[in-house]
Amino acid sequence: MTAPLLVFGWGNRSRGDDALGPLFVERLQVLAEATGLAGLEFLDDYQLQVEHALDLVGRDRVLFVDASLSCRASFEATPVHAARDVTFTTHAISPASVLLAYREIMGAEPPACTLLAIRGQRFELGRPPGPEALEHLERALHWAMSWLADAHAPSPGASEVSNA
Amino acid sequence: MTFDLETAASPQGLRRVAIDPVSRVEGHGKVTILLDEHQHVQQVRLHIVEFRGFEKFIEGRPYWEVPVMVQRLCGICPVSHQLAASKALDLVIGAQPVTRSADKIRRLMHYGQVMQSHALHFFYLASPDLLFGFDSDVNLRNIVGVAQAHPDIARKGILLRKFGQELIRITSGKRIHGTGSVPGGMNKHVGQGDRDLLRPQARQMIAWAQEGVDLVKRLHAQNPAVYDTFGSFRSNMLSLVRVDGAMDLYDGVLRARDADGKIFLDGASDQDYLSLIEEEVRPWTYMKFPHLRSLGRETGWYRVGPLARVQNCDFIPSSLAETERREFVDYGRGAPVHATLAYHWARMIEVLHTTEVIETLLDDPDILDGALMTEGERRRSGVGVIEAPRGTLIHDYSVGDDDLVTKCNLIVSTTHNNQAMNEAVRSVAREYLDGHELTEGLLNRIEVAIRAFDPCLSCATHALGQMPLDVTLIGPGGELVDHVLKSQDGEMLRSEGVAA
Repeated sequence: MTAPLLVFGWGNRSRGDDALGPLFVERLQVLAEATGLAGLEFLDDYQLQVEHALDLVGRDRVLFVDASLSCRASFEATPVHAARDVTFTTHAISPASVLLAYREIMGAEPPACTLLAIRGQRFELGRPPGPEALEHLERALHWAMSWLADAHAPSPGASEVSNA
Repeated sequence: MTFDLETAASPQGLRRVAIDPVSRVEGHGKVTILLDEHQHVQQVRLHIVEFRGFEKFIEGRPYWEVPVMVQRLCGICPVSHQLAASKALDLVIGAQPVTRSADKIRRLMHYGQVMQSHALHFFYLASPDLLFGFDSDVNLRNIVGVAQAHPDIARKGILLRKFGQELIRITSGKRIHGTGSVPGGMNKHVGQGDRDLLRPQARQMIAWAQEGVDLVKRLHAQNPAVYDTFGSFRSNMLSLVRVDGAMDLYDGVLRARDADGKIFLDGASDQDYLSLIEEEVRPWTYMKFPHLRSLGRETGWYRVGPLARVQNCDFIPSSLAETERREFVDYGRGAPVHATLAYHWARMIEVLHTTEVIETLLDDPDILDGALMTEGERRRSGVGVIEAPRGTLIHDYSVGDDDLVTKCNLIVSTTHNNQAMNEAVRSVAREYLDGHELTEGLLNRIEVAIRAFDPCLSCATHALGQMPLDVTLIGPGGELVDHVLKSQDGEMLRSEGVAA
């Protein structure tokens, strides 16, 4: 059975802070299992691509996670809506593009999605994530545990978080 | 001797146009074009920065880590690197040949990889240009545009890619960072449940792949004037073939044909690649220019990839794809097809072949059971060559007594095609740009020519059509004559106060 909640991170573990997405998924999965949260699936990949729209089928909520150069705070969580953007024609596309592809291919609205951007600065091949990036990761994980709890028991009128 | 349009006779005072994408992904390329005052093309260069430093990334690692580590070199074809590294390191530990089960599981993984990579390229990257036209609305020229106008094509493309990725998952153990293929063989069989899940879908994949071939053929038939000549140039072609001349994407011997189709290199062991191929450095780009030593730099360069493979082999060992290969060869009327856009046709024939092979392998009991590992006399070095989606991929390792890699040399598919891609870009520049005012549609033709090769940097090159484009015109005295920015939505914006 498809888990109703999906956490999907992407990045290259061998490119410095680009590892933040996969590392986040790995760490959050351990934390979630330790606290007994069920109904979750954790996936990661090198890059976000159109076929990942199929990973969203049957979900209630999705948390996308990626390292971000433009993120000014330690992390930012924002809702994602289907939209056309400039990344369509690259080998890696944006979450908004994936949602638009979902709508076009499935003929239905995609599940509610949130993008968690974790601040990264250095992306050199062969380098591990920097200490600052790992601090940002810890803060993002702390927020994510609350998000997971909310996702399991959504309160009326709850809104998306934009956090620092 | 230099190649035509590679270096202008008098570059001083020429107008410089740069197509320079910025991308965080694995490849980074740009095209520079020098025009004279009459808009005539004087110089065209495709510059590429790719895999720089990757060999150093590998050196010093334990050899058994390498098949996993090399997957991180490239987010587009990690399986190809994994398998090329495994094949090279098989030799280091004396595992030659690997067991029957290991060979078949690796082949299933590889053919799944080629299938999904080709599907990604054709349906996501190339089909928008081909279905809508090179001059179509830049906002339409993308996969979502295809999904809106041709939802059935887009959906089949996505499901073909998904199927290939599932094959990678069931053979390598994970969707990414798979550890299935190791020096000496494989560390797991395909699970019966996984096989039973995918096997019923195989026939549908063959049918969709056949539709893909038919689509490309229709495009050629509808506009032969463009498809037969766009970016066309004559070249040698290089690939692996099976010992009996059949297409084989996983293993074989090296074969090369000249531009007239005559075989001049055949049966060469991949272990001898260094005696066959020389890489030339040119000062204006980081990527080397390989050529066959026997012919020299001026005439020894070649194409690799689907266009070379489909024409280099004597036959394709699967019935539907062989029928399509024959039709493709007949299209050339006795001569090799050199049209750059024919890469797409050849690529879809390969997708059809991979789906047929996959169906056969999924029925093979050896993928479910049998010995997986072997070993023998230890050696200090090994070369692994594989036909990756984009062409011949070479991994060459030396390993010390302490099991650490002491030397690594990689020649990736895109590097083999370096001169060929430059020739394609120059062909387009001569035909479409020479003497004309630059427009977005004209610049897109440059991108279309590069994209046909599906270079590893296609994540960067295809983005050219939509990413911000900065074009600066510098006069003979160094003054800024014109400055045009192409915005993210494709709009051309000219800087204020600058004369057009």
